[in-house]
Amino acid sequence: MARMKFICDAERCIECNGCVTACKAEHDVPWGVNRRRVVTLNDGVPGEKSISVACMHCSDAPCMAVCPVNCFYRTDEGLVLHDKDVCIGCGYCSYACPFGAPQFPTNGTFGLRGKMDKCTFCAGGPEVNGSEAEFEKYGRNRLSEGKLPICAEMCSTKALLGGDGDVVADILRNRVLVRGKGSEVWGWGTAYGKPAAGGGAPVKEGTKS
Amino acid sequence: MKSLLLLACALSLAACGGPSGKADQIVSKKATRPSWDAAANPFVVSGWTSGDKASWQEQMTKRAQNQNEYLRTN
Repeated sequence: MARMKFICDAERCIECNGCVTACKAEHDVPWGVNRRRVVTLNDGVPGEKSISVACMHCSDAPCMAVCPVNCFYRTDEGLVLHDKDVCIGCGYCSYACPFGAPQFPTNGTFGLRGKMDKCTFCAGGPEVNGSEAEFEKYGRNRLSEGKLPICAEMCSTKALLGGDGDVVADILRNRVLVRGKGSEVWGWGTAYGKPAAGGGAPVKEGTKS
Repeated sequence: MKSLLLLACALSLAACGGPSGKADQIVSKKATRPSWDAAANPFVVSGWTSGDKASWQEQMTKRAQNQNEYLRTN
């Protein structure tokens, strides 16, 4: 099995924010924290494109590299998760992340920054799978329920794809080949860089629309 | 006197050999649970076996194909 990956098809995303809402509802994410959000390029201009962005579970994650307390860990499926019992809420990861994935709840009178919160690919944390303790800190653990992330599974236009990197890349590649375009704005190469030998299948850059 | 000085130096250097206390040595002590260990709740879908990595992977692949409407509509 390849690494778990997200990819968003910019030709299909209609900026409905359903993924954002589903994520917040599924994980009971606190006010002010958005594990996922929709970014629109050239908003209001004809031909605008939107993509849904969250933690991309980078293969060489900069958040892991800069964390002073090593609270991040990588699972067998290639997911970058973190241990909230170790996190000190310093915020280094939020400066390092190119996707703005790490979020910090503010609480207390002086807006004290809490422990970091981010997309878990619906894989929870280090606690027992599906336990109350895990839900309180990280939200639902859908992977251990035999499901994929809620944002991707409920996406109405199937713009956001999530799952085994090989499967997801195949689905996107097929779409791009059938319609003859669609990976210029946000293709596999844009999201994850050019593939290394034996890595996830690349999406051939199509012609400009 | 000289030997005392040497002993003091040795003891001082010995202090440098202790645990560095570097932040990168602080790691999560919890062992991570693999995703193929089914969640302890009633929301686990059927079609795979808890603890069986291969069956979980098959379930994930099958589930991911639900996102491929070229399979569903064509």
